[in-house]
Amino acid sequence: MSRMHRRLALGLLTAASALTLLSGCSKQDGSTPNSSEKPKADGAKEPSAPKSQVRVGFSQIGAESDWRKANTESIQAEAKKRGIDLQFVDAQQKQENQIKALRSFIVQDVDVIAFSPVVETGWEPVLKEIKDAGIPVVLTDRAVDVSDPDLFVTFIGADFVEEDAGRGSGWRRRPGGNAKIAELQGTPGSAPAIDRKKGFEEIIAGYPGLQIIKSQTGEFTRAKGREVMESFLKSPEGKDITALFSHNDDMALGAIQAIEEAGLKPGVDIKIVSIDGVHAAFEAMVAGKLNCTVECNPLLGPQLFDAVEAIVAGKPVEKRIVTKEGVFTQETAAEDIKTRQY
Amino acid sequence: MRSPLRPIGEAFWSVRWPLAALALLLAFNAAFTPGFFALEVRDGRLFGVLVDILNHGSRVAIVALGMTLVIATGGVDLSVGAVVAISGAVAATLVAQHGAPWPLAMGAALAVSLIAGVWNGVLVTVMRLQPIVATLILMVAGRGVAQLITDGLIITFESPPLAYLGNGSLLGLPVPVAMLAGAFVAFGLVSRRTTLGLFIESIGDNPPAARLAGVPDRLVVLLVYAVCGLCAGAAGLIDCSYIKAADANNAGQLLELDAILAVVLGGTSLAGGRFLLFGSVIGAMIMQTLTKTLYMQNVSADIAPAPKAIAVILVCLLQSPVVRERVRRMRGGGGA
Repeated sequence: MSRMHRRLALGLLTAASALTLLSGCSKQDGSTPNSSEKPKADGAKEPSAPKSQVRVGFSQIGAESDWRKANTESIQAEAKKRGIDLQFVDAQQKQENQIKALRSFIVQDVDVIAFSPVVETGWEPVLKEIKDAGIPVVLTDRAVDVSDPDLFVTFIGADFVEEDAGRGSGWRRRPGGNAKIAELQGTPGSAPAIDRKKGFEEIIAGYPGLQIIKSQTGEFTRAKGREVMESFLKSPEGKDITALFSHNDDMALGAIQAIEEAGLKPGVDIKIVSIDGVHAAFEAMVAGKLNCTVECNPLLGPQLFDAVEAIVAGKPVEKRIVTKEGVFTQETAAEDIKTRQY
Repeated sequence: MRSPLRPIGEAFWSVRWPLAALALLLAFNAAFTPGFFALEVRDGRLFGVLVDILNHGSRVAIVALGMTLVIATGGVDLSVGAVVAISGAVAATLVAQHGAPWPLAMGAALAVSLIAGVWNGVLVTVMRLQPIVATLILMVAGRGVAQLITDGLIITFESPPLAYLGNGSLLGLPVPVAMLAGAFVAFGLVSRRTTLGLFIESIGDNPPAARLAGVPDRLVVLLVYAVCGLCAGAAGLIDCSYIKAADANNAGQLLELDAILAVVLGGTSLAGGRFLLFGSVIGAMIMQTLTKTLYMQNVSADIAPAPKAIAVILVCLLQSPVVRERVRRMRGGGGA
C-alpha cells in the first residue's frame, strides 16, 4: 500500500508541475545557494574557459503564479551567477509567443535553447527547425508530446509521467492497488483549488483503480476539513473510503481528527496525502497519521544550468533529469522535520 | 392558575414556521439521503449525522442567542466572528505557550470576550454610534488582534479539559449541545421570568417611549452587547477546542452572518422588538441541516450556495405576513 500513496503523491506532483500551482513553493528560496554550490565545485567552469560566454535562450511560460515567479528568479539568478548570457522571454501563457521566441533563438544562434512548454502538443515543427539548426533543446518543468524523442536532449522536471508509464501497469495489478478517494477541495473558485482538483483528476483518469467517490470544499481550514470529513465518513459511501486527498495540509489535519473520531486509523485505514508541507503536517507524519505531503520545488535553475554546461562541454546528459521535489513521506518525516524552517 | 406547560406550548406555536421548514428538510433527507438518520452508540456517545448537526448547530446557536437579544434592541453585532477568533487565540496561546491551567485559559478567554462585548456596548450606548458601525470596528480590528495574539500562526495545544468542549460528550451528546441547552434555559428564564425581556423588547420597539417609561435603556443595551460578546467567547472556546488549535485567520469567519441569518430564520425581526430565542436555535439548526444535506447529497462545492440560498428564501417567504396573506386569499378565492 505504500505504493498507493506514493502514486497519489506522483499524481499530485504532476498536478503541481503541470499546472504550476503551489504558491507556497517560493518560500524555499533560501535553499538556492546550497544547491548551487556543488556544480561549481565539479568543474562546471571548464567549458567557459576555452569558449566565450555560453548563450542560452529560455522561453518561460509566464508569470502566472508565485511558483512560476520563483522558478523564473531561480533561473535568472543562476545564469547570472555562472556568467551565462541568458536570453529570457516571457510567453504570457501563449504557445504562439513561445514558438516565436524559439525561432528568434535560432536566429540568434544561441548555444542551448531551454523552455517550459505552455502546452504539451504542437511542438514538432519548431523543434525540427531547432534540430536542423543544430541547437540542443532542454525542457524544464513540463514535457512535450513528440514522436521523435531526439528532438530534445533532456527533460528536467518532477518525477511523474515517464516513471508512471513504466510502472503504472505493474502497480495496477497489485492487490490493494485500488483506492476509493475522498477529496477535500480548497475554497471554491480559488486558483489553487481549481488547479489542484483539475490536475488530480487528470492523473486519476489514467488509473481505473483510483476513483474519487467524495469531493467537497473544506475551504482550506482545519475546522471545515474536519466537519466535511465527518460527513464523508457518515455518508453511505463513507465506509468505502480508503484514501484522502486534501488540497492543503490544514484540511488534512482537521480530517485526521474526524477519522479518529470515527474509530478509524488515519494514515492506515485511510491513506492521506496533502499539499504544502507545513510544519504540523510533518508532525502528523511522524505520528503516523499523515502519509505524505507534497511541496513542489520551483528552483530548477541550478539543475538546468548544470545540464546546459554539460551539453556545451559535450558531456553525456541523462534524457530525464528528475528535480529534487518535496515529496515527503512518513518514512523520512522524522528526519525531514529537523530541516524544516517553517 | 396558568399551566406550567403553556409557555412551552406558546414557544412552539410562535416558531411553527421555522419548525415546519426544519421538518421539511428532515423529511427530504429521510426520503433522499440514505444514512441521514442512522444513529449508533460508540464509546458511550451517540454517533451519526443528526448528532453532528446538533454539535455544529449548537455553536452557531449559542452565538445566535446573544445575537437575538442584540437584534431585539434594534441593534446588530457584526463582531461575533472576530470575538470567536480572539477567544480561541487567548485560550490556545495561554495553554500552549504559557503553560496556563485550563480554567485560567478558559476564564481569560471568556473575560476578554466579555470586555469585547462591553466595548461594543459602550460604543453604542455612550458614544451613540450606530450598532452596525460600532461593531464593524471590532469585526475588522478583532481578527487582527487575534492574529497578533497567535503571531499569525495556528496554535496547536494538548489540553484534554480544553479539548473536551469540542470533542467530549455529556449524557451521550456532544458538549456544545449541553452548553446550548444551558445557555438557552438561562436566557429563557432571565428574559421571560424577569422584566429584562420586556425591557429589551420595549427598547427595540420604541426607544424614546421605553426611556420615558423609566426603562434603564443604556444599561440594558450595554448588558445585551456584553452577553453577546460572552456567547461569542463561548463559541470561540468550542471552535478552538474542536480542532485542538486556534486558527485566528479562519475561526468564526462569516459567523456573524450565520448568526444573523439564524435569528432571522427563527422569526425575529431585524427591526427589533419581539424576539424568539427558540426560533434562533431552530434557525441555526436549519442552516446546519442544510449544509449537511448538501455535503451528503454530493452537491458540488461551487454551486452549493445556490440551493442554500433558495432554501433560505423559501423559509423567509414562509414567514412573510404578506406572502401568507396572499396565499390565504388565493386559497379563499379558489374555494368561493
